[in-house]
Amino acid sequence: MPANRFNGFTEYGTGIGLRIPHYAHIFEKKPVVDWFEIISENYMVDGGRPLATLDLILERYRVVQHGVSMYFGSAEPLNREHLRRLKALVKRTKTPWLTDHLCWGSVDGAYSHDLLPMPYTFEAAKHTARKVRQARDYLEVPIAVENVSSYAEFHCSEMTEWEFLNEVVERADCGILLDVNNIYVSSKNHNFDPYEYLNSVPGERVAQIHIAGHSKFTKYILDTHDHPVIDPVWKLYEHAIRRIGPTATLLEWDDRIPSFDEMHAEARKAEKYNHAPVAAAS
Amino acid sequence: MMLLELQQRMMKAVMQPLTSSNRIAPKTPAGRPMRIEVSKFITPNDRLTAIERLEIYSRSYWFRVLESLNDDFPGLRAVLGKRAFDRLSRAYLADCPSQSFTLRNLGSRLEGWLRRNPRYAGSRQALALDMVRLEWAHIEAFDSVAEKVLGPEDLLELGPSFRAGLQPYIRLLALEYPVDELRIHVNQASEEHGTASNAVLKQKHRNLTRRVRRLKRERIYLAVHRFNSIVYCRRIAAEEYGLLNALREGQPIGMAIQTGFKNSSVTSDEERSMLEKWFAAWAELGWLCPPERVKKEKVTE
Repeated sequence: MPANRFNGFTEYGTGIGLRIPHYAHIFEKKPVVDWFEIISENYMVDGGRPLATLDLILERYRVVQHGVSMYFGSAEPLNREHLRRLKALVKRTKTPWLTDHLCWGSVDGAYSHDLLPMPYTFEAAKHTARKVRQARDYLEVPIAVENVSSYAEFHCSEMTEWEFLNEVVERADCGILLDVNNIYVSSKNHNFDPYEYLNSVPGERVAQIHIAGHSKFTKYILDTHDHPVIDPVWKLYEHAIRRIGPTATLLEWDDRIPSFDEMHAEARKAEKYNHAPVAAAS
Repeated sequence: MMLLELQQRMMKAVMQPLTSSNRIAPKTPAGRPMRIEVSKFITPNDRLTAIERLEIYSRSYWFRVLESLNDDFPGLRAVLGKRAFDRLSRAYLADCPSQSFTLRNLGSRLEGWLRRNPRYAGSRQALALDMVRLEWAHIEAFDSVAEKVLGPEDLLELGPSFRAGLQPYIRLLALEYPVDELRIHVNQASEEHGTASNAVLKQKHRNLTRRVRRLKRERIYLAVHRFNSIVYCRRIAAEEYGLLNALREGQPIGMAIQTGFKNSSVTSDEERSMLEKWFAAWAELGWLCPPERVKKEKVTE
């Protein structure tokens, strides 16, 4: 959907992640970029250079916040200090929507700093949805949850990943940050059809799409965000756009970061597909 | 299995230290085979066993936190050497896993932990502690809050009963070794890492090792602060250190000056000249701020 209540009724185009190695280029050349995605946690500080730099970016560019440690799926309650800092940042950036992952990563106060996979159970879906609602009510901004890449599955799962995603977003009445690379990675790691996953996603809830590169190992694929997007992922992206309609799209590139121009050019390949007319959901 | 129990069991397995060859430990802390423990909650697939699947997460966790500590404490690594630093990092992270949503705070308990576990620094314990304190101060000074700077109009009433606070991002350190200079050399060496040849890098590494070995005890006082978003270390006199600490504690300026110069042997002329110089520098660097807000900050810390 081009604009919906899960992305603040915006029509953002193609964005890229704001990364430190590109700061000098951005401030000197002032390139035209539809929007930047920032990692919220990098700016949830009290002062200093991170906030000074962010303020300079905000003078010129639109910014959307993407979090990596809200851990909606962790059994423990939301971290109040995290929420307080996040809300201060939301006020600063005026992000039209906010995203984080459908995963867990902390328990009993210890943090893994990783996106650990959920058991696909009704208990977990109910609990996760409750936390998404609590965060949205406190932060007063639409929230979209992102499907993660995973490398493990649990005996206790009661449904597929896409059924779990639907269960959570329906219960929470929240948006989806659809990561087509993550669908591809998990489909290879867990032997499922990525198109079956894509076709089950409620298009009207998709606030944003992520694309990225990954690394292939002998027995599994790792979501490393250190390569260009591969053709099968572009095909999935094309399919998603056909089903959902033009959608704000973001290229993730977090390691072995290329030049700004190279990264931006890779992201803008999405525009070839992102103007496609909406077709009936297949 | 309930959600909480599953997450506790998985986290325990993920966070258990890796073997020396960076593989998942074959046994749990209770001595049970790890493959049996993990297979109780993770399923295998046609290519990977349950424990191999968990190992992807375990290795990823350990590599991430070790890299983070390595990035935050390059000076400590130079003091201890690569192997000892790696040993220390693994032991510290096993005892003090992250308790924060941000990796920025990963090293926050390192000083206290190292004091309780001196064997990881051996004969270089005092030097290592000084470096840890300096490197943690760098992190704090980088992004801690800045209060409104006291301007000339605020200083019109300057007198013995005037109270001024110290910017919360400033860290004051009394150290036994000149680790500030060592840290500069470490930074220079790491900056050249991407451009220099292997031979040059080896030579630089040898020079750094020699510099650590030859470092002599020398009492120094530092203010780790930031200016235009860049972190600096400023050597300060013992009296200046005492005075600034007294201001931070909320003493009025007259009393803070007395505290600062309590054990000093300088003459009153010298004292006046030092004070003039310091206040001018503090004003230029924006170090002084209104005291009330600072007190509130201390309460909420």
